[in-house]
Amino acid sequence: MGNVRVLIVDDHRLFRSGVRAELGESIEVIGEAEDVESAVKTIAELQPDVVLLDVHMPGGGGQEVLRRVLGSGSQVRFLALSVSDAAEDVIGVIRGGARGYVTKTISGRELTDAIRRVAEGDAVFSPRLAGFVLDAFASTEAPPIDPELDSLTQREREVLRLIARGYAYKEIAKELFISVKTVETHVSSVLRKLQLSNRHELSRWATARRLV
Amino acid sequence: MRRAAGTCDDDGVMADRQTSRGPAADKTSNDAAPATSEGTDLLRLIRPVEGRLVAGVAQGVADQLRLDPVVLRLAFVLLTVLDGIGAVAYAALWMFTPRAPYEGRDPGRDWSQIAAYGAIALALMALGWLTGASAGGIGAWPIAVGGIGSLILWQQADPDRRRRWMDSTVGQARKSWVRTIAGLVLVVVGAIGFLALNDELGKAQPGFVFTLVVVGGVALIAAPWLAGLWKELQRERRERIRQEERAEFAAHVHDSVLHTLTLIQRNAHDSREVMRLARSQERELRNWLYQPKQDADASVAAAVRRVAAEEEDAHGVPIEVVCVGDCPLTPELSAMMQAARQAMVNAAKYSGSSVVSVYAEVEPGEVTVFVRDRGVGFDMSEVPEDRMGIRQSIIGRMERNGGSARVRTELGEGTEVMLTMKLESS
Repeated sequence: MGNVRVLIVDDHRLFRSGVRAELGESIEVIGEAEDVESAVKTIAELQPDVVLLDVHMPGGGGQEVLRRVLGSGSQVRFLALSVSDAAEDVIGVIRGGARGYVTKTISGRELTDAIRRVAEGDAVFSPRLAGFVLDAFASTEAPPIDPELDSLTQREREVLRLIARGYAYKEIAKELFISVKTVETHVSSVLRKLQLSNRHELSRWATARRLV
Repeated sequence: MRRAAGTCDDDGVMADRQTSRGPAADKTSNDAAPATSEGTDLLRLIRPVEGRLVAGVAQGVADQLRLDPVVLRLAFVLLTVLDGIGAVAYAALWMFTPRAPYEGRDPGRDWSQIAAYGAIALALMALGWLTGASAGGIGAWPIAVGGIGSLILWQQADPDRRRRWMDSTVGQARKSWVRTIAGLVLVVVGAIGFLALNDELGKAQPGFVFTLVVVGGVALIAAPWLAGLWKELQRERRERIRQEERAEFAAHVHDSVLHTLTLIQRNAHDSREVMRLARSQERELRNWLYQPKQDADASVAAAVRRVAAEEEDAHGVPIEVVCVGDCPLTPELSAMMQAARQAMVNAAKYSGSSVVSVYAEVEPGEVTVFVRDRGVGFDMSEVPEDRMGIRQSIIGRMERNGGSARVRTELGEGTEVMLTMKLESS
């Protein structure tokens, strides 16, 4: 796979140039956008492989970009990037269609890895996102409506737990005696459940975390 | 008739100026400048065009008396129904009062209000006719006087007091609507029963109908006003909450964020200290924005976060915490927190790792805490027996309290300490 073509969407100019400088050789930044309008327009124009999407932006934020771009049938992949750790935001962009969520404190090397992974169609979970998912899926006593989508398998739980403990995919593979590809499959499967599960507990859990 | 006889232009202008400022403005200007000549104090009665229902007489008189026009209108209606004096007074005032000058097309009238007053008048008339109290019947006068009096009283009460009256009655009716409805039903049933018993139900029936019409008319007039009052109240409450939030926010930014920024400028030469200050401020702000307010002495998740924050501050190494689930802190779990603290200290001080990951999970039967670094690691077998940190403070402490600790480490691969504590209750 050649260079990954990336578009950076963030309303902070300093942050955009910082990310540009930090990204590795294999990433090619083809453009920037600073608000929802310009992001939607630029994505349609340039068709990047991956969009680095800020969660908080004027005009509706990352979720609005996701809604408008993915709603129009585009296959562009999104990696959400934010300073916020609020459960509401994290679960919100993932359910909106982002394939991963990392915080802005992530190192340039890790971000490069995460972008490559998203470009290849895999999911990227930060330790915190993994923790949120475990918490959200565990926090309800109500029986699942759709057992396939509404609960995690034992293996998925193990993988998430290791991510939450700070393990890289490679380390998880070694720990569980499975291949990195299998780890990626499990994470993608969790992402799918997170996006498609229509149990209301997920959103309610995320909101409740904010309000308590 | 644009201007009544005997009104000279000067007077008219003066009156216009006064009314255009409204009664409230008058009051303040009079209070503030008692030295004003007597001429300005005596307002001329004029009929405003805006908001009038018939000819603006009631509104003009209301402005003059600093009352609500509704009071005057009801008074006119009542007096008209009683013995026609209201209509005569209205006509007289209409003739002798100048119309307020008004630019542009005359505004339309609020026909629904006119209809409501008409309905009240009709109903009152019908009631009078049925009970034989019309045409100056002595019995009707106390009611008329009492009604007008209480309307004026209501109007005179200052807005705060009126709001309190409204609040208490509306609020109580809202809170105990079951009781209110039950009470109403009882009253109605009681009245019907009483009348039926006295064989007077048939006679009283038309009276009931017209009473309902009166009540409906009053409700029609009062509803928009009550709704407005309620809306205003809500708006004020929202505004107050917003102001309090803003004040809290400002206080926080000042006490904490600005303070840290100052410290960072002072310590600009010391990158480690700058990092520590920034991390600590970030954490504080994050907690304030996103974390539920928790008592660190009461719950596991809060305790883990606090311990991590304290050690991060002490050693200047970022400690990332992820918590899943939560439960109250028991003495055993407090001991576990001590062990976790020791593990964090070791990782921050000796591992050389740039970041320490802490993961705490509360499950129905047990609590697990992982402290992991990607530092130099060490060889467990080479740790001397008397090294207190790992053997005593972590493993020994966990075992003494009924839990267990496992240390996984490899040279160059980092270290992970796993603490497990079973929960008794479940």
